[in-house]
Amino acid sequence: MLKDITFGQYFPSNSVVHKLDARVKLVLLVLQIVTIFICKNFVSLGIIALFTLVVLFFTKIPIKLYFKSIKVIIPIIIFTAILNVFYIKTGVVLLSFWKITIWSDGITKAIFMAARVLILILISSVLTYTTTPNDLTDGIERLLKPLKFIGLGQAVHTMSMMMTIALRFIPTLIEETDKIMSAQKARGADLESGGIVQKVKALLPILIPLLISSVRRAYELAEAMECRCYNGGKGRIRMKRLKMALKDYISVLLCVVVLGFIIVANNLF
Amino acid sequence: MDSIIKFNNVTFEYESEENTSKVLENFSLEIERGTFNVILGHNGSGKSTLAKLTNGLIKAKSGEVLVNGMSTMDEEKEIDIKRTVGLVFQNPDNQIVSSIVEEDVAFGPENLGLSPEESRERVDNALKATEMYEFRDKPTHKLSGGQKQRVAIAGIIAMEPECIVLDEPTAMLDPRGRKEVLNTILKLNKEKNITIILITHFMEEAENAHRVIVMNDGKVTADGKPCQVFAQTDVIKEAGLDLPQTTDLLSKLKEKGFSVSGGIISADECVKEVSKLLDLEEI
Ligand SMILES: Nc1ncnc2c1ncn2[C@@H]1O[C@H](COP(=O)(O)OP(=O)(O)OP(=O)(O)O)[C@@H](O)[C@H]1O
Ligand SMILES: [Mg+2]
Repeated sequence: MLKDITFGQYFPSNSVVHKLDARVKLVLLVLQIVTIFICKNFVSLGIIALFTLVVLFFTKIPIKLYFKSIKVIIPIIIFTAILNVFYIKTGVVLLSFWKITIWSDGITKAIFMAARVLILILISSVLTYTTTPNDLTDGIERLLKPLKFIGLGQAVHTMSMMMTIALRFIPTLIEETDKIMSAQKARGADLESGGIVQKVKALLPILIPLLISSVRRAYELAEAMECRCYNGGKGRIRMKRLKMALKDYISVLLCVVVLGFIIVANNLF
Repeated sequence: MDSIIKFNNVTFEYESEENTSKVLENFSLEIERGTFNVILGHNGSGKSTLAKLTNGLIKAKSGEVLVNGMSTMDEEKEIDIKRTVGLVFQNPDNQIVSSIVEEDVAFGPENLGLSPEESRERVDNALKATEMYEFRDKPTHKLSGGQKQRVAIAGIIAMEPECIVLDEPTAMLDPRGRKEVLNTILKLNKEKNITIILITHFMEEAENAHRVIVMNDGKVTADGKPCQVFAQTDVIKEAGLDLPQTTDLLSKLKEKGFSVSGGIISADECVKEVSKLLDLEEI
């Protein structure tokens, strides 16, 4: 089950989306999120959904990998949808039984919100799936470069290094958690039954070994980094240069056009 | 002797309350440039400590460690020393910094401030030398143990060191991964003339070494060509090590009064010796 977490992973391919400049992809993701949130009706949401599907198609990554990223988040989506259904009391009464009444606006709102979150997650996965962690952190580091003028240059580098390492260790730690869980189960640990207190208690024998091993990993990684002449990023020159090309400008243009359509659709319908 | 690493009367101890016994005391050792050296020793005999002393990761309490004549105590030479002597550790997972193979290998050259073109060239060469070039854009966590360890080695080679110290690089690998890594190390020594110090538990890995050093409680108890060292069966056993099966067989035959030559490790030579004996019996 833990193996299903694909968050923050990269899937190599030679698609045009993979080849876009990481900085452009970051800025465009922010733009897309804004676009998703200004959608007012189903027509504009439909436009952005269609656009997202086209982008997914262009990444040449199997659709089932995107479904994996959604799978983890589905309980949360369902939960918020149910809340919406019960709490909104406008529109027409569709159904009324016992103490519960369901209003038409509740249903619409629930569907609208769920669709919005789904699109949001899909478009965010495009960024991490198609951008190597190094490019991603490098892109963030470069976008935040102006912060050095207020004395935060070192902080920006440290943050991007921490992100690189975090992304690198997510799969390793997931694997290790799985191993520890199996080991504890083999010793008769019961991780599934019991109330919430018991469940939390059952987690301790998993979290503590994980914590201890992480500390050891951190210590060894620091030594290995020192052996490779890391000194806090002073004088570091990246091997891969980020460079803007025609396709970057075109994709920016496309996203702006989509934003334009959305604004028009918001006002027309 | 043209030595690349020189330990002069080095003493070292870890600072902790309960345990103040010295790991190394008045330890001296010279490693000749371009050679393949294997260090053997039981758990806690001070091998990892020795490895970390070679490039200044830890510093001697007294005495000195010289790398190409530069002292590891000299802070100005710190980068030069780390460029000269690269360390590879046991757990490949804890040495890989980046999620993508080639980006990880580039970490060293990037830190050295090399131009992107030069970094690229070094990364490609290092990946080819470890036969990992075809995996260059793969995620590191999807590799096998042996492949991960070769990426870790490539990361060190990309800094173009003159010497590589490997601290039990095969301990966590399956037999196949072990073979891959050992072959890579042998090739680096032969083709690129890189000095190798291989710390290991596996006696068979000492077979092709120019020199074998046996450590016991922070002291060198045997030192020489593999055949010389493995001929000293009592010293090997005292150091808490198991003889390679071939050597063990021949030494037992010798004890029984058969005339066989000692210190043989390779299976082929062992077969030769034994068939010589059998031929004699037939007559
Ligand atoms: N960080 C440390 N703090 C305190 N004592 C340590 C530390 N690291 C090692 N030691 C002690 O120093 C001695 C030598 O350790 P070292 O790691 O060099 O042995 P080793 O030969 O590499 O053993 P192994 O085969 O288990 O890797 C041991 O007795 C060990 O307990
Ligand atoms: Mg050790």
